[in-house]
Amino acid sequence: MARSSPPKLAVWKFASCDGCQLSLLDCGEELLAIGVRFEVARFTEASRAVIRGPYDLSLVEGSIATAADVKRIQAVRRQSRWLVSIGACATAGGIQALRNGAAIADMVKAVYPRPDYIDALATVTPIADHVPVDFALHGCPIDRKQLIEVIAAFLEGRKPNIPTHSLCLDCKRAGFVCVLVAGGQPCLGPVTQAGCGVLCPSVGRGCYGCFGPMEAPNPAALRPWLRRSGLDAEAIARLYRTFNAGAAAFRAASNDHD
Amino acid sequence: MAGATRPDDGACVLDTGALEQLIELLRADGYRVVGPQVTDGAIVLGTIAGAGDLPAGITDDQEPGRYRLRQGTSQALFGYAAPAQGWKRFLFAPDETLWRAERTDGGFRCEEEPPAIGRTALLGVRPCDLRAVDILDQVFTRSGVVDRRYQARRAAALIIAVECTQAGGTCFCASMGAGPDIADAANCGADIILTEFLVDAGPLLLARPASARGAELLAGVPGWRAGAADCEAAAEAVKGAARSMGRQMPADVATLVGRSLDHPHWADVAARCLGCGTCTAVCPTCFCSTVEDSTDLAGTTAERRRRWDSCFTLDFSTLHGGPIRSSGAARYRQWLAHKLAHWWEQFGRSGCVGCGRCITWCPVGIDITAEARALAEREGRTDANH
Ligand code: SF4
Ligand code: SF4
Ligand code: SF4
Ligand code: SF4
Repeated sequence: MARSSPPKLAVWKFASCDGCQLSLLDCGEELLAIGVRFEVARFTEASRAVIRGPYDLSLVEGSIATAADVKRIQAVRRQSRWLVSIGACATAGGIQALRNGAAIADMVKAVYPRPDYIDALATVTPIADHVPVDFALHGCPIDRKQLIEVIAAFLEGRKPNIPTHSLCLDCKRAGFVCVLVAGGQPCLGPVTQAGCGVLCPSVGRGCYGCFGPMEAPNPAALRPWLRRSGLDAEAIARLYRTFNAGAAAFRAASNDHD
Repeated sequence: MAGATRPDDGACVLDTGALEQLIELLRADGYRVVGPQVTDGAIVLGTIAGAGDLPAGITDDQEPGRYRLRQGTSQALFGYAAPAQGWKRFLFAPDETLWRAERTDGGFRCEEEPPAIGRTALLGVRPCDLRAVDILDQVFTRSGVVDRRYQARRAAALIIAVECTQAGGTCFCASMGAGPDIADAANCGADIILTEFLVDAGPLLLARPASARGAELLAGVPGWRAGAADCEAAAEAVKGAARSMGRQMPADVATLVGRSLDHPHWADVAARCLGCGTCTAVCPTCFCSTVEDSTDLAGTTAERRRRWDSCFTLDFSTLHGGPIRSSGAARYRQWLAHKLAHWWEQFGRSGCVGCGRCITWCPVGIDITAEARALAEREGRTDANH
């Protein structure tokens, strides 16, 4: 509190859809509070004005997909006292990590009329594969309340209250009826980290795993029960191959065979 | 059990209309009446406006990892087993703010967040769940430190219990001595005990007062004095539930678990267990909570929240350096051993009442009775129940 000037906040974008940054813009009144506590030094989605680093808090969205990204994330890290990766792209590679494992050259040829314009790395990787990350905030997109919690915790120098347990625990606290047990629907809640506010089970749908693997996921144990809910091996693979396809546990689960 | 009820101990018989009047009486008295109703394909406890909200004619099929409702063969109001979650959430809130603090000039000021407490009538509490409430009473109010929030909610609660006349596929209250009847009416914690029995005209309820308040309430509704035949019919109905109990717990499970802490079977369960914590959340006696402090963006307000916790989370056993129970095997063992064995050392009784919820609602159908039996079998014993 004794600082002479407010801490500088920077928001960075790598390979991503901007949805997580939008969660910050979507903070309403809390965005004003952020403006009071921080000098918003770099947030190009909100303002073209950029103040030079170093930055006290960097929020990093997106995954690393090109050689230029690799250099840039290192520069961001050098200028950042505290670096938080936000969203599935930054924490697990995002939906673009679906191309990992396929031959990039063939893919580029199939998609782009001028493949020579494309300069992409063979794999898409999360931020933590390249630089040390101080905190990783999961979600596709991240949850606004969780983002505010991380920022508020940073300001007070405390640990953010971001649970890493399963979605099921939040589902039960909220008192929802389990769609898997009572409805026979596939649900990834038991292997997925809580944090979304139990969006899908609250409307009678199974969890899609937007928040990525929970702290100690056991997809092999869930597998026979997903089969029982009517999914074949291919459908199970697809269920895990979404926003967090690049997260180790989900990647392994999507390659699992009966 | 209801069979011990004699026509002269204040018992009366209520029909659906009289039950409706009992609910009206409670509502007029400022009670929020919470009871079973059909929600999202399950029997769920929630506020009810009248007897018409009860799941008349509905029954449930429960098995490990599977729950389905279907039309029953009668119009019974209570023809199903334990509802999706128990009554715990009405007495021990899943997530609540305990206090807030405001920054002041040179310091801060704390203010307790008063719990939202209103008179609540819990209608349809099964014997297993009634026992579970008594266990929570012991944990929160009779074990040294009194949890004032629990105590206040419990004091504002009135309990109308319902003996079971139909056991579910995952029920094993009989082997835990917790049901399907209520043996000791005077000390069970309920105010009124109902037992449903069916006559040609529809369901009837044998109603026994179990507290002065219960007797007073029953005096205000139009029932008729129970005759020997009514008591007999009710007792028969409860015996039916005892006969249809889906599962059993090995009799000497506490000592068995105590001897089995290094058993290879824990790793076997861990391979199947998701570590999701559902079992602890649906268990009507699990009482663990975590306390979280947070601050707002402005840096002017702090608050402390309490949320249900589970021994299946890594955070639960994390000290400096990491979690004590880092393996799934250690976490599952903690759950089963606490429920069935260490509860005895801590509270002089079992922490399991045999409601079967952890079995039904486990997303992968892990069955605490089967795991206990496996410990016994792999120990080379022959006296385990099958
Ligand atoms: S609906 Fe999904 S998240 Fe909720 S308890 Fe069931 S399996 Fe878990
Ligand atoms: S036993 Fe079942 S409900 Fe309990 S943590 Fe394991 S998978 Fe979840
Ligand atoms: S351990 Fe399972 S059966 Fe026993 S009281 Fe808890 S939820 Fe019910
Ligand atoms: S079994 Fe686990 S969650 Fe339940 S009371 Fe014991 S330690 Fe707490």
